[in-house]
Amino acid sequence: MSFAFRSLLMRDLRLAARSGGSAFLALAFFALMATLVPLGVGADLHLLARVAAGVLWVGAVLAALLSLDRLFQGDFDDGSLDLIALSPLSLEEVALAKFLAHWLSTGLPLTLLSPLLALFFGLSPLGTEMLVLSLLIGTPAVSAVGAIGASLTLSLKRGGLILPLLILPLLTPVVIFGAGAVSTALDGLANGALGLLAAFSVAAVLLSPFVTAACVRLNLAG
Amino acid sequence: MIISLTAEKLACVRGDRQVFTALNFQVGAGEVLVVEGANGVGKTSLLRLIAGFLPPATGSIAITTDKNVISDGEERGRQAGWLGHQDGIKPQLSVGEQLEFFAHLYGARTELEGVLNQVGLSRQRLLPCRYLSAGQKKRLGLARLMISARPLWLLDEPFAALDTAGRVLASALMQAHCASGGIVVAASHDPFGFAARSMRLGAP
Repeated sequence: MSFAFRSLLMRDLRLAARSGGSAFLALAFFALMATLVPLGVGADLHLLARVAAGVLWVGAVLAALLSLDRLFQGDFDDGSLDLIALSPLSLEEVALAKFLAHWLSTGLPLTLLSPLLALFFGLSPLGTEMLVLSLLIGTPAVSAVGAIGASLTLSLKRGGLILPLLILPLLTPVVIFGAGAVSTALDGLANGALGLLAAFSVAAVLLSPFVTAACVRLNLAG
Repeated sequence: MIISLTAEKLACVRGDRQVFTALNFQVGAGEVLVVEGANGVGKTSLLRLIAGFLPPATGSIAITTDKNVISDGEERGRQAGWLGHQDGIKPQLSVGEQLEFFAHLYGARTELEGVLNQVGLSRQRLLPCRYLSAGQKKRLGLARLMISARPLWLLDEPFAALDTAGRVLASALMQAHCASGGIVVAASHDPFGFAARSMRLGAP
């Protein structure tokens, strides 16, 4: 990892942690949503355990989306992106650093928080273990696909509102395989959902920097 | 060492609008080129073209160094130091953190304390940038420019928001940059404190 790459990564993490940063916001949203659902559904533990994986997965995806528009938008609006683009880093490396920073500041904390929230749903230890594993494998894909969307909508005013419409359909496989891995494990069935989730995640993470860099180039020229 | 910046038959199109066509110029090492012209005549677009952000509609821009000729947009950008009309400053970061980040990003070895002293921001080193005035932000931009250690400076309204001392400082920095063999291309309406070549865009 080059020095310049690390400095960009550390700066984005620092911005996410400071006031007005998005790291805390995503976690709070996730926690509040996971608290509200059991209150709405009622105290039927059997039912809650069944829907836990689906609800928590959707919650994690929505929470990660909340912070996506800050991935490039802030730097684009105040001119930082111009300066970063002229640095010795290629835009592909910039995209990779920003994706990593987003995952480390949202995807990873969401994953770490999930076992606690799974308690509200009475999810069994096996189910919780599966949930954490699937989030760990799947959330990088959320950040990777999200980075593409964030870079695509850069020059749109209020692009943050269009972003979920653009990204959510692309993330359906992640939610299906992620939540599916948990429910099949609860049913005691052998399943390939985790493998498919991993495949999707790897493909998304590998492709994302190139697509994102191309979108950033278009927007810098716009 | 940079030798020259050359543009040939350069044309710029923004949306459906032809901004300028058939623009030719050459700037040699140690020279300042001031780009003048009315609002909307394409001064900023020209700077973005040179930096490689915008692809030219037609024509070419090349930087000649003692080693090679660089005509690819992104490679050109690696030679450029940028001071845009947007400040590129994060309100949450302190002046020192902001500058340190850019020094690391650009792989610069410059001593930050000295640069901060030169632009008159050494007392603000620990101050979050949200408390800086517009002029102080410009000074921070100048500090960044010095740290970037790039041979070609692209400046968009370098004197805007600066006080008298700040203008003198900006002029002195440009002259020092040229004296060490650099090139400055600046879009500006303000008088420079020294003799500089000027080019008027949009003149019939």
